[in-house]
Amino acid sequence: MSLFKKLFAKISRNDISTLDLLELESLLIEADLGAGVAKKIIENSKSRKNEDFLDSVKRTLSESLSNKSREISYDSEKPTVILIVGVNGTGKTTSAAKLANYLKNENRKVMIAAADTFRAAAVAQIQTWGERLGIPVVFGNDGADPAAVAFDAAKRSITEKFDYLIIDTAGRLHTKDNLMAELEKVKRVVEKIIPVNEVLFVLDGTTGQNGLAQAQIFNESVGVTGLIVTKLDGSAKGGIAIATEAALDLPIKFIGTGETLTDFARFESVKYLEDLTSL
Amino acid sequence: MFDSLTGKFASAFSALRNRGRIGSGDIDEMCGEIRKALLDADVALAVAESFVAKVNERAQAALPELRQSTNQSQAIFAIVNEELISILGGTARRIRLAKNPPTVIMLAGLQGSGKTTLAGKLAHYFKSQGDTPLLVAADLQRPNAVNQLSVVATNAKVPVFAPEVGNGVGDPIKVARDGVAFAREKFHNIVIVDTAGRLGVDIELMNEAKAIRDAINPDEIIFVVDSMIGQDAVRTAQAFLDGVGFDGVALTKLDGDAKGGAALSIAQLTARPIMFVSTGEKLQDFDLFYPDRMASRILGMGDIQSLAEQAKRAFDGDTAAKLEAKFAEGDDFTLEDFLEQMQAMKKMGSMSKLLGMLPGANSGAMKKQLENFDEGEIVRTQAIVQSMTPTERREPKILNGSRRLRIANGSGRSVKEVNSLVDRFSAAQKMMKTMRNGGSIPGLPAGMANSISAQQSAGLRKPLSKNLPKNLPNNLPNKKKSRSGNPAKRAQE
Ligand SMILES: Nc1nc2c(ncn2[C@@H]2O[C@H](COP(=O)(O)OP(=O)(O)OP(=O)(O)O)[C@@H](O)[C@H]2O)c(=O)[nH]1
Ligand SMILES: [Mg+2]
Repeated sequence: MSLFKKLFAKISRNDISTLDLLELESLLIEADLGAGVAKKIIENSKSRKNEDFLDSVKRTLSESLSNKSREISYDSEKPTVILIVGVNGTGKTTSAAKLANYLKNENRKVMIAAADTFRAAAVAQIQTWGERLGIPVVFGNDGADPAAVAFDAAKRSITEKFDYLIIDTAGRLHTKDNLMAELEKVKRVVEKIIPVNEVLFVLDGTTGQNGLAQAQIFNESVGVTGLIVTKLDGSAKGGIAIATEAALDLPIKFIGTGETLTDFARFESVKYLEDLTSL
Repeated sequence: MFDSLTGKFASAFSALRNRGRIGSGDIDEMCGEIRKALLDADVALAVAESFVAKVNERAQAALPELRQSTNQSQAIFAIVNEELISILGGTARRIRLAKNPPTVIMLAGLQGSGKTTLAGKLAHYFKSQGDTPLLVAADLQRPNAVNQLSVVATNAKVPVFAPEVGNGVGDPIKVARDGVAFAREKFHNIVIVDTAGRLGVDIELMNEAKAIRDAINPDEIIFVVDSMIGQDAVRTAQAFLDGVGFDGVALTKLDGDAKGGAALSIAQLTARPIMFVSTGEKLQDFDLFYPDRMASRILGMGDIQSLAEQAKRAFDGDTAAKLEAKFAEGDDFTLEDFLEQMQAMKKMGSMSKLLGMLPGANSGAMKKQLENFDEGEIVRTQAIVQSMTPTERREPKILNGSRRLRIANGSGRSVKEVNSLVDRFSAAQKMMKTMRNGGSIPGLPAGMANSISAQQSAGLRKPLSKNLPKNLPNNLPNKKKSRSGNPAKRAQE
């Protein structure tokens, strides 16, 4: 989580020379914030002449974060439906399981829908998680229509009075219109009987600048409500998540920091900013 | 994949071209553009900067000659192209086959990078070369990874060695060792060992990878990396290099629109070649990696050579020769040809892949259109084309409203679909024409296309030499000697 530890350790608090600014730019770029964002942060920081330089960098960053709620909604009347989406291999299924575990620990009754009917052994993968968690997993046959599986699960979650329905979907590249249309259909079909409250876009923390394009197109297609950023236990800084939150006003809701159920936490922007300042 | 890079190079070059006479400051300016483009493409900062410095230095040094040259941007273009090829890994290398079979290939990489899918594709590829590969399921970590590999193996019709169910249980080192022994016993000449995804910083898991390596003594360790990865690519690659070591790189998910720059800088920083690319979710969505081709792809030149070779692989000899002749001779590519080749095209995986290799296909709108050209569409297209008269197929221009309605009714498709097919076809036909005439390809200044087309077409029998510029600097990349169209032969080259 100490995204800029290195950066702040390196930059002196006093006079900021051109060299420091170049170094700051490099660090921001190497954290995957992107060349454009890096430049903006530097310009902004430079323009706040009377402020401590580090403060102005922090302020610039915090002001760019979304003001939207980072909570997952809850409804005592009917199931809250959460759709998990993203490109291939980002950690959707693992995150779906982690989220189910998280909600279960809040004493909620959770159901999972295995709507990835495409990838080899995807259904089995989420079923294994379901067994470990003691959470029911609704599934169809391999190659079944994912919308039908999701619809079936939605129906059951209503009649069986579940608090949450988490729908795991197949990974798909945002550039494939036909697959994006398939995802839209999943949402549309479920919404015939119950609103989809959350669409969580799973962003791999090691992703580079393409992450923004991914989130943007998924957002246009199915209306993303928040981000889950995964694989932050590695050496990647995850800067693209910050850049994406800032650019699209999509709050990061959870972060994944490992392969086990508990390697999962709410994204705390305050804590995050504290991390930044506590150096 | 390199859309924006292509676009930015193109605009940088056309800015230069419009200026007529290049000054030292112009070159600096263009280099600034290139730096930004490379960073947006996730090229590692250090690599981007050394690239730009090299281009700048060479271009500045060549300034006197450049001023004499009648086509300055072309000369600079040659420098950029050359440096780009060197970033992309210099020369291609193929899998080294072991003197004493089996050849053992171990896959390693981050979680979710596409190892299991790639394992299946490699097996499928080797099998189509006449080899007898065995897959070994040594990812015992991720839930149902073993299961996934087994399904993939079944699809590829390749046997799998999977004694453990996985899901956190079992010893991957033992599985790998037993797998190789099993292959030796059963005379499989290639073994592909799938391993669990792991992070570069995870010392324990990295040691496990090392132990697997030491147990099976692989001939090739392939580092599998997602083309969408950002700046962390170089840190991760270095960690794998130090931790387990690797001999080559496979670049996955290239069918997206990620620029893939960071993954490419791995080749530069680790001096390991990129060997394979993975371009989709199907078994056939796989190709060998060609640095020179990728460079021209970056520069928006399309991949004519790959196209011709894939066509050769899929078409029978006659059809291939005809297609080649069409490229070279400049006959119009008609809907009739389209239909004739459609069946054959199905053989080689998705159509979009094929069309994606055409010049200009990388540029925005066109690419998008091509990408969504799915298999179902082939069937629908077929129905539509079959409802046309032979004349209509040859001259789609005559398709007026009433003809289109007739065709729509005849094929059971909507008029809108007929229209869209005709539009798409016209675009493809135009592209073919452009390519053949060496005219300006979308996104590139006129004339520039030719020098590259000529080099790229070395694999075709008839180079498009009539338009070859005469004033090319002699430091242009050497014309490649004609490669074998047979991937098996090429693999041995
Ligand atoms: N280190 C680490 N690995 C993770 C994290 N989240 C997921 N993974 C791993 O990443 C790999 C892919 O995760 P999946 O959950 O299968 O990803 P997915 O998005 O469902 O993949 P597809 O359905 O194939 O598109 C697995 O090996 C996971 O264990 C994380 O936060 N940290
Ligand atoms: Mg999944």
